[in-house]
Parts: sequence; structure tokens; C-alpha cells
Amino acid sequence: MGEHSNDRKQPSRDGSLDSRRVVLDVQDLRVHYATPRGDVIAVNGINFQVYEGETVGLVGESGCGKTTTAMAILRLVQPPGRIIGGRVMVEDTDLVSLSEKQLRQLRWVKLALIPQGAMNSLNPVMRIKDQIGDAITTHEGRLPADALKQRILDLLNQVGLPARVYGMYPHELSGGMKQRVCVAMAIALNPPLIIADEPTSALDVVVQRVVAQTLLDVKQRLGVSMILIGHDMGLQAQLVDRIIVMYAGNIVEIAPVREAFKNPLHPYTQLLIASIPSIKERKPLKVTEGLTHDLRNPPPGCVFQFRCPHAREICRALKPQLREYGSGHLTACHIYENAGEYERSAPIVTTATPSAALYAADLFKEVDPHGRAAS
Amino acid sequence: MSGMTRGYVVRRFLMWVLTVWLGATLIFAIPRLAPGDPIAAMVLRMSAQGQIIENSAELIQAWRERFGLDGPWYVQYVNWLRNCMTLDFGYSLTQFPARVWEMIWRALPWTIALLTFAVIITFILGNLIGALLGWRKTPPLLRSLLPLTLTFSSIPPFIFGLLLLFIFAYTLDLFPNQGAYDSRNLQPGLTVEFLASALHHAILPAMAIVLTSMGGWALGMRGMMITTDGEDYMILAQAKGLRTPRLFLRYAVRNALLPQLTALALSLGLIVGGSVLIETYFVYPGVGYLLYYSITNGDYTLMQGIVFILILTTATAVLIIDLLYPLIDPRITFQKR
Amino acid sequence: MATLTAEPVAARPAPQVRVNRWDSPWLNAKLIIGLIMVLSVALSGVVGGMFWDLRLARVGTSPQDLPPAFVPGGTWAHPLGTENSGRDMLAVLLTGAPRSFRIGLIAATIGLLIGVVLGCLAGFLGGWVDRLILIASDAWITIPSLVVLIVISAFVRQISAETMAVLIAMFAWPGPTRLIRAQVLTLRERGYIRMARLSGANTFDVIFREMMPNMLPYIAASFTGNVSGAILASAGLEALGLGPTRIPTLGMTIFYANQASAVIRGMWWWWGFPFLVLAIIFSGLFLIAIGLDEVANPRLRGLQVKQ
Repeated sequence: MGEHSNDRKQPSRDGSLDSRRVVLDVQDLRVHYATPRGDVIAVNGINFQVYEGETVGLVGESGCGKTTTAMAILRLVQPPGRIIGGRVMVEDTDLVSLSEKQLRQLRWVKLALIPQGAMNSLNPVMRIKDQIGDAITTHEGRLPADALKQRILDLLNQVGLPARVYGMYPHELSGGMKQRVCVAMAIALNPPLIIADEPTSALDVVVQRVVAQTLLDVKQRLGVSMILIGHDMGLQAQLVDRIIVMYAGNIVEIAPVREAFKNPLHPYTQLLIASIPSIKERKPLKVTEGLTHDLRNPPPGCVFQFRCPHAREICRALKPQLREYGSGHLTACHIYENAGEYERSAPIVTTATPSAALYAADLFKEVDPHGRAAS
Repeated sequence: MSGMTRGYVVRRFLMWVLTVWLGATLIFAIPRLAPGDPIAAMVLRMSAQGQIIENSAELIQAWRERFGLDGPWYVQYVNWLRNCMTLDFGYSLTQFPARVWEMIWRALPWTIALLTFAVIITFILGNLIGALLGWRKTPPLLRSLLPLTLTFSSIPPFIFGLLLLFIFAYTLDLFPNQGAYDSRNLQPGLTVEFLASALHHAILPAMAIVLTSMGGWALGMRGMMITTDGEDYMILAQAKGLRTPRLFLRYAVRNALLPQLTALALSLGLIVGGSVLIETYFVYPGVGYLLYYSITNGDYTLMQGIVFILILTTATAVLIIDLLYPLIDPRITFQKR
Repeated sequence: MATLTAEPVAARPAPQVRVNRWDSPWLNAKLIIGLIMVLSVALSGVVGGMFWDLRLARVGTSPQDLPPAFVPGGTWAHPLGTENSGRDMLAVLLTGAPRSFRIGLIAATIGLLIGVVLGCLAGFLGGWVDRLILIASDAWITIPSLVVLIVISAFVRQISAETMAVLIAMFAWPGPTRLIRAQVLTLRERGYIRMARLSGANTFDVIFREMMPNMLPYIAASFTGNVSGAILASAGLEALGLGPTRIPTLGMTIFYANQASAVIRGMWWWWGFPFLVLAIIFSGLFLIAIGLDEVANPRLRGLQVKQ
């Protein structure tokens, strides 16, 4: 895969990426989970692209559908979940409609995964060399033993692991080392795209740094495209070019990373950004009070209406569409989409408690450059 | 061998010692805790079996002296433990010059061979069926047929043996109804005829064990496969695009099998107990049948010896499984079972 | 009030209104069929006594060696035939089957009680208590229980059904102990148990109020397995002629049949009917155990769901 050469320019962070080659095009992807009382709509018709060499962050609180999205792209949604519609285009091939056999051949070659649970992601009864080795030999056929060994040692070296890891079992490694083994495995076939599903969430803070640094190295050296899923906004700020914000199975905002932090448009993104105490202190996102709607039965209108401090009648009636406001900056919110009607519409009471709303309103005075929030 | 491994081996070995000691103590305690006089009970039982007992009072006294039932209990106990350690159980009461150990030694290979044969087949078949039942990619037709193999599960093996005898030995006359080989025409030895005859005789009793206990293993394995299938490493292995046979064997079955092996060690006691019934109903000349003989004929010394040997053999088999376990589960040296 | 978001997994979302009250995991087909099989055998003794003279189960009350009524030579006076000492097979079955259950239930109950106590002690106290209980149960489970029971029965000449049940129970506790200990350890780590403990609820309350509902299917499955094991052990002892001799039991009937070479003599009804009844009992218990397993472990249920 020579096309991912090291001299390729890193994508700029201002959002002018549209002329680049698309390595992943997700179109109207829908994933449902069957429950005895109806389907839970985990991913509700989302669209986004990942460009060559770019790292895209997929953020949102737990349960917003970001991991499900990743699994759906890999076509690994576990029952009772299933993909009920949409396309996942990887280089002109739709993964959703492939046969099992064709899909198996493309897996890892086109699309690798750095899994969430580093602790349990490696087969406990196989040596590291065999687990990296089988990914290689499955797709490239048998290699001479020394060549294979050399290649695995190289991979370990690339992620900063000592050669002795080669013959070890997973339980002999620390969490950070296991996660770096997963990174080594992911780059084994030099895929154009890697999906990293909360790669640091199970690790302690110091180890998180090491793994994050490894990811950054790999990304810069190989120019691989990456989807980085996580709720660690600090890590996102450090690693990604563009950020995609999901809420309750929908994309509410897509923005170049600087834009997202400096000038978040969607009220949910604003709350997300505001809730980061500092880059150094990392914790799971807990943005605001109040309840999300029942995912089996989404209300008409905006998905965020029940928790949005700025919700108005129009948000209840009409679903806002993802529209572009500024270069590469998209959001789905009536404040921008139907500004006039929004102004005329009456405010509604949300399940967000008054104190939380007040708190949020205070924050917006500082954060929101448009000053719309506290009006 | 690392320090961790040595610790594990020592622990398992101590467990073996504890089990054998517990068994020996039980055998010692039972006749002494039983209501009434054990020897008198034995003699009564013999007379109930229709044997003529003259001078029963004298006989009881003579036995009492012979079995060291006279001295204080702790002297008796130490003597008994010493006898256990040297496997010296004295003479058989019913076949006098024969020593207990010789009689057991003749019967033991049959029991070990029959049980090893049956248990290994049961374990492999049961786990294979369970693995296929619990595997998401098993063809639906196969999956709907597999439960048929579990029809006889849970029926007691010895009663099922009666049914097999009725069908295959008496009605169809395909298999012999008793014995371990054709003792009228053959001498034990490493000849083709003898081995074929031994196999021919072992098939029905083995079938009785295999068909009735396969289901338990299959169910356990099915559960373990489903649990394993939800593990993160299975998802990563799928993402790697591995071929299905490798996913099935090296990732799913390999991991799901580990608890099953532990379960095998735990169930050996039950299996050995059940073999007494199988051997009795198939008149198979193993230790189980010998135990039945010793009880119906009141051969007290023989019975003691057999029970101790059965406990010793079971504990040793468990020890062997335990010692082999670290070879297939690299994690074992770091955690207790 | 904490943030509450819906997870894309089942069960969690907010409204806990049952749409359909038949939508309960306990309404499991295998469980129900198994229960019907087992209960019909267990009740046969109660109901059977009203329709059939159970005194016919005694020796010499009927002609000898009669085949069942539906076979040439049989008579409707003895629908399932008679055996060689003049017992009516139907009466033998109606008396013997419930008795097997009684032994099974008594033994399993005692075994389970010991298991609950030891398992909870081991799981909650941990440390050397835990280690001691584990070692004891590991060693005890290795000893071939049936062999020891055979020896005990050989020394106790006239054994009653109750004594037999108690003896069997001596070997029925390691299973439940291990299971309950494992459950306690798992549940102890779950948030709500820790919350209950932190909020000052006493240990006893925690066990019975909070943990029992979760452990119930496991306990029930283990209990069923123990009933099955105890009936198997008692039938095994009886089949060696070591059971109660005064009252007819299924195992003893098979023992007598085997002694009298019923298989060679073609008297299939003599061992065949007890075999059938035992097969129904054991298959029923087996189905119950599978059903309970599926109740306890929802993942076992949804196997057919394909991606």
C-alpha cells in the first residue's frame, strides 16, 4: 500500500478537506436493537465521510450510538442489534451489501479496529505472535517463518513494545501494553482506515498518554485515516482533525476540531465543550440534567428537545436537518436553520432542572460567541 | 518451572493428599459409626444370604481380632492408615488365600480401560455437539438435528444399559450380554482376537455411559460457547477477517473448553460411582462389579480395599487433569482455580 | 437526579410498563413441559390411590408373571401385568414413583440448605473461611459418593427412605456451595449491592432482600439438578438391592427384575415400566434444569437471532 506515503501533507485543521479522496462514505446508516417492547433506534440514518489521511473524532455520551456506528461500519453489530439500512462505502464497495465471504476478505485489509476493552480484546490462550500472525497469514497467505517473525517484531517495535512481547501471553502484559499490541495488530496490513473505539478509556491516566502518543505516531508516520471514538475531549483535541458529535443516534454537529472547540453551534456541543473542566482532568461526559427520550419511540422534532436549554415549540414540531454553516461546519439546529421562526416560537419547559438550565445559561454567556443562548 | 507454577502443583498435590486421607477416614469411620456391631451385621447379612454360619459368636470374635477391631480406636486408625499407604488390605474373606490387592489388581485395568474409553468419547462428542449448538454460524439444519442426540440424556446409565441389553444383546444378538472378553476361547494378551473381543464386549457398557451423559456436556458447552461469543476477543477476531474454522476452533472452542475440563475433574467422582452400577448390570469384571460381589458376599476386607482404591484412583485422575490444565490455560499459574 | 441515557442494549430504557404480562422469562416452554412431566408422576401416587388398590403392590396379592393387558395372555385386572412374586405392576409404579420423589426432595433440600449457608459464608466472609470451604468441597466432590453410599447401605441393614435421603444429602452440598459462592461474589461487585451495604443495611437483609431475587433461578436450577442426582443415587442403591425392602420402589423393582433375569425371560414389562417412569422423571427434571438455565441466562434464549 504505497499510496500512504509519509511525505503526504497532514490535513489542515481548517476544514478545507473536500478535494481529498474519500476513504469511507457512510450513507443513511441505520441500526436497530430488537427488544421485547419494540426496536431501539441506536443509529438513526447518519451520513458522514472520512477523507484520506484524516482523523475524525466521534463523540457523545455513552449510549449515543457512537460505538454502534463503529460496529456497523465494520458490520460487527451483535444481535439483537442489526443494520436495517444504509450504505458503508469503502473505495466504491458497499460493505453492508457484501456477502460474508467477500466481507471477510476485505476485513482488516481495508478496515482495522482498535477495540474498546483492551483488557479482554486479546485471546487469553494465544501468544501475541500468533494473534498478530494470524491476521497477516489469513489475508496474505503463508509467509516464510523468519519473514513473518521479522514483520511482527517490526510491528511491535513501531508501537514501542520490546521484542520479548512476541512470545508472551496477554495476561503477562499490562493494560497499556495490550492496547499497544492492538495498535500493532491494526497496522499489520497497512489498512487505509482504522477505527479506534475509545482506545484509552479502560486505562489509567499515565498509560492513556502513552497509548495516545502511540496513536499519534502511527497516524503521522503512516498517514492512515482514523475514526477515533471517545468521550475524552482532551484526547480528541490532541488527535483529531474533524469532530462528529452524536446525540441519541443522530449526528448533531460536524466541525473541524478548532471550530468545534472555539465556536460550537449546537446547544449540545456547547454543553459538551463547556463541561470539560480542563484538558488534563479527564472523565466520562455527563453533560446536563434531564432524561433522553425513549430510544424506541423518538419524538417528532429535534432529538435534543427534552434536554436542550433553548428548546422552543418549533423544536418539538420539526426535525432540524444537518446543514452547513461556514466551511465544513455542519449542525442540525433550528436556531440556525430556521432562525426567524425560532425567534417567534415560544420557549418550552424541558426536563432539565431549572438550576441546571441556569447553570447552562451562565456557561453560554461565556462560551457562545453569538450570545443567543441566554436571551 | 516458575515459582507460580510450583505453587500450583504443590496446592493440587496437597488437595490429592487431603482427598485420599478424607476417603480413608470415611472408610474407617463408617463401620464404627454404623448402628450395631459391623462384624455382627456382616455375619448376619451372610446368613441372610443363605450361607451357613456355625459358631457365629466365635467367628465374630475371631474376625474382630483379625481386623484389629479390638484395640483403642486411635491405634486401629493408625494401623488402617498405614495399611492404606502400603495398599495392604490383607486377605479376602470369601476367597481365602487370595489377597485383596491381587483381586483388585486383576479387576482394575478393566474398569480403567472402560471408563477412560467411555469418558473420552463422551467428553469429545458432548463438547462437539454443544459447541455446534452454541455457535452462531452452525447451519440451521444441523442445529435443529443436534438436539436429537440428547434424547437419552438424564436417563440413569445403568437403566439405559438394561434397555441396550434387551435390544442389542437379547433381541438382535449383536453384542455379548456379559463379561469383558470371550473368556472361553481366548487368553488375555496383545493379540488382535483378544483386543477385538474386548472392544466388542466394551461397546454396550460404553454406549450406556456415552449416550446418557453426552447431553450434560453438550448443554454446558453450549452455554460456555455463548458466553465466549460475547467476549471482546471474539469481536476483534471477527474484525480481523479470520476464516470461520479458525474462529471456531482456536478462539471460541479453545476458550469455552477450559471450564468444561474443570467440570470433568469435578464430575469424575460421580462417573466412577456410576460405573459400579454399569459393571454390575453388564457383569463386567471390573472393580465396580467386584465391589458388588464383596457386598453381597459380605467380604469386608475386599470391600474396604476396593473403596479405598476407587477413591485413590479418582483422586489421581483429578490430579492428572489438574496438572495438565496449565498446559492448555496459560493463565492458571497466576490465579487460583 | 443523575443523567439517565438509554443504552442501546435491551432492558434499560425508562418506562417499565409491561406491555404484555405473558412476556415473562419464567414462561419458558421447556420449564413448563418439564414441570408437567414431573408433577404428573409426583401426583400419580396421590391420585392413583383413589383409582387403584395400592395394596396390590404387596407380595403375593396377584397372580404371578402376567403380561400387560394389551398383550395376549394379559388381563385388565392387572393392566400393566405382574411380576414373579405376585405384585401388580401398576400398583408398584403408583407407590414407587412418589417415594423416589420424596427421597429426591428431602436430600436436595438438605443439600441446598447446607450449600446456601456455606456458599454465603464463603462468598461474604472471604479469606481463610472461603479457602477452607472451597478446599473441603473440592475434596468432598472428588470422592465417588455412590461408592461410599453403597458401603454405608451395606452396613445399615434395614434402611428407611428418610435415612437414605439424609445419607444422600451428605454428598449433595458441594455443588450448591460452589454455585452460590460464585453468585455471591459476582453480585457483591454489582453496584446496587454495594450501595445497599454502604447505606447501612445489615448483611442478612442484603442477602435476602437484594440478592435472593437474582440468585433464585440459579438456586432453582441447582436444586433441580440435586433432586435429579439424589433420585439417581437412591435408584442406583436400590438397583443394587441396597434400598428399602419392605416398600416397593422403582429401583428395587429393577433390581428384582434383573435378579430374576427378566430381560432374558422376555418379561419386558417388569423392568420396562419402571424404566419408563424413571425416564419421564429424569427427562422432566432435565427439561426444568434447561428451562431454568435459560431463565437465569437470557443469552441462552436468543440463539436463533441472526445478524
